[in-house]
Amino acid sequence: MSETKKLMYVNRKAPYGTIYAWESLEVVLIGAAFEQDVSVAFVDDGVYQLCKDQDTTGLGIKNFSATYKALGDYDVNKLYIEKESLEARGLTLDDLMPLVYEDEDDDWAEKDSIKVVSSQEMAELFEQSDVLFNF
Amino acid sequence: MGIEVNGKVLETDEEGYLANLNEWEPEVATAMAKDEDVELTDSHWEVINFLREYYEEYQIAPAVRVLTKAIGKKLGKEKGNSKYLYELFPYGPGKQACKYAGLPKPTGCV
Amino acid sequence: MSILHTVNKSPFDRNSLESCVRLAAKGGAVLMIEDGVYGAMKGTSKSDMVSNAMKDLTFYVLGPDLKARGVDEGKLIDGVKVVDYSGFVNLTVENDKVQNWL
Repeated sequence: MSETKKLMYVNRKAPYGTIYAWESLEVVLIGAAFEQDVSVAFVDDGVYQLCKDQDTTGLGIKNFSATYKALGDYDVNKLYIEKESLEARGLTLDDLMPLVYEDEDDDWAEKDSIKVVSSQEMAELFEQSDVLFNF
Repeated sequence: MGIEVNGKVLETDEEGYLANLNEWEPEVATAMAKDEDVELTDSHWEVINFLREYYEEYQIAPAVRVLTKAIGKKLGKEKGNSKYLYELFPYGPGKQACKYAGLPKPTGCV
Repeated sequence: MSILHTVNKSPFDRNSLESCVRLAAKGGAVLMIEDGVYGAMKGTSKSDMVSNAMKDLTFYVLGPDLKARGVDEGKLIDGVKVVDYSGFVNLTVENDKVQNWL
């Protein structure tokens, strides 16, 4: 196995209106098999992907918001959300699904995967990544 | 392609996965297993039912690594390992068990 | 003569809603669908634009698209009306023509 790389997936699109959000989620899940250092960023309309109480029954399409809850099982537990994007959309952390993972190194304690960060912190996270995947 | 179950022909894809998840019934698993000379035991059903519940909750078929971990948590350590799961499903617990459960092929499986 | 305007893009991603509001004549109806429904939420950086346009235009939003995206009706700008698919059909019939702001 080669050395671990820091991969960051950047989501900037709302779910359902375009295919980007679902495609990104699939790539994240597939990529998780390679045991790299994975993090996922949600900026601009990407923050809408994590809104709670999504119900697609009326549209007759798959409600993939449930799949974000599986990310913890895939050891994808660094989800960064830009504060400025949330604020511009009138959203707070309370409007989003709680997403958690079990920390293997801490007796499987349940911990939050979501971290709200400022634009400046987000810019630093981009800088620190080896590879950026944009959706 | 299709598979005949209870007098109805259900559509499947070129690899034998059920085209429509909602058409699944236990007899689908039995029929698919019979085609592959597998006799389904309670241990098989435990995994098949687990997969269906996982899909219901998360809308995806889990990767083998995730399935193994989750089975171990739910059904006990002695079942949460690849040896146990591969003995039950020699074609791969992901591929074969998901097929019997009427799910799509696990995301990331080729 | 009246026009039904449909907007299906998020106002944060494209300027479709902005152009629609700027170019729709008085008395027109604006229906937000698909990702366009985010334009109907209150407390956003685009909410004032919609509220201010309400003196000339009537705003509607498609319910099933709201639900899919987890947007509660309590989060809508006051005065925006929620319609279902048959309401969408009625709006197209009630107006002379449809302009889609893609």
